Amino acid sequence: MLAELTYRCPLHCVYCYNPVDFARQGDELTTAQWLRVLREARALGAVQCGFSGGEPLLRDDLEALVGEARALGYYTNLLTSGVGLTEGRAAALKAAGLDHIQLSFQDSTREMNDFLSHTKTFELKERVGRMLRAQGWPMVLNVVLHRLNIDHIERILGMAEALGVQYLELANTQYHSWAEVNRAHLLPSREQLRHAEAVTAAWRVRLQDRMKIYFVPADYHEGRPKKCMNGWGSVFLTVAPDGVALPCHTARMLPGLAFPSVLDHALDWIWRESEGFARYRGTAWMKEPCARCPEREIDLGGCRCQAFLLGGDPALADPVCPKSPHHGAVEQAVAQAQSGAGATRPIRFRDRANSLALSPTRCGPA
Amino acid sequence: MTLHDDLLPRLAHGMRLQWEAVQGCHVLLYPEGMVKLNRSAGEILQRCDGQTPLAQVVARLESAFGRPGLREEIERFLELAAQQRWITLS
Repeated sequence: MLAELTYRCPLHCVYCYNPVDFARQGDELTTAQWLRVLREARALGAVQCGFSGGEPLLRDDLEALVGEARALGYYTNLLTSGVGLTEGRAAALKAAGLDHIQLSFQDSTREMNDFLSHTKTFELKERVGRMLRAQGWPMVLNVVLHRLNIDHIERILGMAEALGVQYLELANTQYHSWAEVNRAHLLPSREQLRHAEAVTAAWRVRLQDRMKIYFVPADYHEGRPKKCMNGWGSVFLTVAPDGVALPCHTARMLPGLAFPSVLDHALDWIWRESEGFARYRGTAWMKEPCARCPEREIDLGGCRCQAFLLGGDPALADPVCPKSPHHGAVEQAVAQAQSGAGATRPIRFRDRANSLALSPTRCGPA
Repeated sequence: MTLHDDLLPRLAHGMRLQWEAVQGCHVLLYPEGMVKLNRSAGEILQRCDGQTPLAQVVARLESAFGRPGLREEIERFLELAAQQRWITLS
């Protein structure tokens, strides 16, 4: 289970996977409501619990939620930028039983100069790294790769080595939410990707066991759909800050699906009965070319959000698949990335003003 | 016998072993992952506390199961578990 505690965040990352209309979402769940969600999900058999956001450190009940999750028997994981982590909070989280922290790299592009010179970023991560070591947590770093930073892969790997990182995840951007808004700025060329893969391969050999490096490939360039969340509604559950339960943390964008809220329903019903979780489970919902594809059980039709964003209908084949009639949209985006002529409007930072500007008004004042 | 009697097998850093009632088995938990263990794997790992020497781990298992001659099977599993980085042998 992923508990997205808040959409509030001190960063403005241009590839953020939070919904573009995050500023129009409802109030955050209270502590008591989160505690109920943790208990219900555990009773359903959930074993992993990730605390995410936004920036989860902005919730001052984080320690209490971690403590309850640990007592319930979850393996607890905090996904954070490290901004706002003090020695006091690190110690309190350890005492609460937090098993693991995954640090994300602070690369919001607004601070790109800092990132490129990497002094501030380095200092922050070094300070956080010291706190993690002091508490006995391994150092796990996640870096989202895109057109504007991927050529600095050598520097990123060097920084990770200098920081004593044990697990490094180099994740190519998935083009949903804010990354989709900014896709023309963020999609790398094939040459950029190949360079990054070659540099990473060389560092893997050099570092051997000292650092484990995961390289998450780029969907648009792969030509192979990935199984969405290891199967829609089969192993993964996200609860959004306002209590809406989702089979995938970006599924909220999909039209024609009413996702249930933990405020209205028990998680057991949400998981087993609700239309939102049942709709794309298994293969019965598929249209052609998926319905008769020999690989339908392998990729389960790929990503529903990509089908909607590129094809206009979440029940289509993932357009990254060459068999999709909408594959041309992916090829066109990659061709634009090759020519470097894609971006026609300025990059949009993930902040409240842009969120309101980019999302249609619902009834009533925002 | 290839492993030394005095080795102290222990769960690797960041690994947690627990009984899962919903699944009816022991599981090994680690960052963003989980391994379901069969009964003998669960019984062996439960005794890998970093303080009990291998010879004693074997003796305790043989006594718990009322069956001698488990050493080879246990060693095979421990070597596999060390390869998977579930445990350390030191």
